Amino acid sequence: MVYFSKRCAMAILLAWGAVAPLSAAEAVADPLSQYREMLGGDNPADLWVSRGEALWTEPRGPRKATLVQCDLGLGAGVVKGAYARLPRYFSETGAVEDLESRLVSCMVQFQGFKREEILASRFGDGERHSSDLEALVAYVVTASKGERMAVPQNTSQEKRAYSMGKAIFFYRAGTHDFSCATCHSADNKRIRLQALPNLTTPTGAQAAYTTWPAYRVSQGEFRTMEWRLNDCFRQQRLPDLKYGSPAAIALTEYLARNANGAVLAAPAIKR
Amino acid sequence: MQITRRKLLRLGSALSVLCITAGSALFRTGSAWASDIWNKNAFSAKAVDEVLKAFGGTHAQPSSEITLTVPEIAENGAVVPVIIESKLLNTRAIHILVEKNPFALSATFDIPPGTDPYIGARIKIGSTSNVYALVRTDSGFFITQKEVKVTLGGCGG
Amino acid sequence: MSYPMKIRATLSGDKVEVKALIAHEMETGFRKDTAGTLVPAHYIQLVTIQCNGKSVLSAQWGPSVSKNPFLTFRFSGAKKGEKLNITWQDNLGETRSDEVAIT
Repeated sequence: MVYFSKRCAMAILLAWGAVAPLSAAEAVADPLSQYREMLGGDNPADLWVSRGEALWTEPRGPRKATLVQCDLGLGAGVVKGAYARLPRYFSETGAVEDLESRLVSCMVQFQGFKREEILASRFGDGERHSSDLEALVAYVVTASKGERMAVPQNTSQEKRAYSMGKAIFFYRAGTHDFSCATCHSADNKRIRLQALPNLTTPTGAQAAYTTWPAYRVSQGEFRTMEWRLNDCFRQQRLPDLKYGSPAAIALTEYLARNANGAVLAAPAIKR
Repeated sequence: MQITRRKLLRLGSALSVLCITAGSALFRTGSAWASDIWNKNAFSAKAVDEVLKAFGGTHAQPSSEITLTVPEIAENGAVVPVIIESKLLNTRAIHILVEKNPFALSATFDIPPGTDPYIGARIKIGSTSNVYALVRTDSGFFITQKEVKVTLGGCGG
Repeated sequence: MSYPMKIRATLSGDKVEVKALIAHEMETGFRKDTAGTLVPAHYIQLVTIQCNGKSVLSAQWGPSVSKNPFLTFRFSGAKKGEKLNITWQDNLGETRSDEVAIT
């Protein structure tokens, strides 16, 4: 609730992908298209990408080690294309992991950081300063930009994560009896000028998932998928979605898998 | 304004020498230069006219030779792209002003010979307001304006 | 402590197009943090851009330039491989300088 926005208090709705691609007819009518076009390819997220790359190769933590041996699913140290194939099952941890939980695992394993300490500052100060972890995400995600989403579902664990994610997506709870689906399971919905993607369809899920993580203009910070999901939970008036928890990863698995086949356009730039 | 510009150029060359010869410690003295050069009067002016006065101008003539490109509607006022291009002969400086901001002047750019009278930047706009492109040439000040509507976002951070 | 800028300087015909992203808070001095405390103004005031020791642009900024500023402009008279340098100074006396080769 730290960065609770007043303007949101009235609109008890959740905006997932502010930048859902619109059809040609809609694009002409979309009054925000000129603004988005002008911001275009010059994305301040690039500043985080450089920082993340330095953090990846710099000896850090109690063990003064780098992350270059971290396995993001395609083998030790392989960064390119890894994000387009996450979440996935890791036999070594016996769990399905998303990029963020995987990075935390590697920072603990190789660099000797304490998990609780990383998690305490997972979103920086939550307002105007994002974390090292988020910069690492920026670097890894960018290395998959332009690749097709190909989230695997070869193991029973991955299949279970998907169905659990789907269940959470439709699960109504909280003081407002909200679910993700309340806003994101029908076409042509919007909040004020922002289109709400239908995340139950491939088109909607692809548009949203491939444009997160993103540089958030309203904060001037780079924000990750777990941040986005956490904010959706906040907007639904649900308890905090625990970072790297089976629930957070399951929800990511559901959305990522639904987005399979689409070209990753993240990091994007969002209002 | 002329003095300011010469000083800036001098600062530029002084800094580049420092770049090569010294570490960051020397840069800490930079604040003195910044406060020396930065046009405090222009940046503390509340109204567009006051900014013009702070630059030594009395009148800015509306001109269609200046192209000001801004979005009609900004999805977020924290980042509003602005592109200004001047076709006026001997354009020496380009200024971006926002009528309804607490201080009207956002940014000024001195254009040396060899540099196109063309600038793209991103600024904050507090609420729906006119944005001005104020251009100084050898023949005085010229101006053009456009309104930018600032919307509230759909939801949350 | 400041982070490196992201600068691109691309020669196209006889013009160099410069695009720069600068990591900076650009605090207006009007914003309150979550505790309700006013955050002090902290913003870049001067930007000087040089190529081969010659100024190609100099700017003065106020606090209403966006956080993590973006700047683009064009100039002529430079060749591929030549160095472009951007230096900023802010109102707290911090400064930073980064350089790229024109491509």
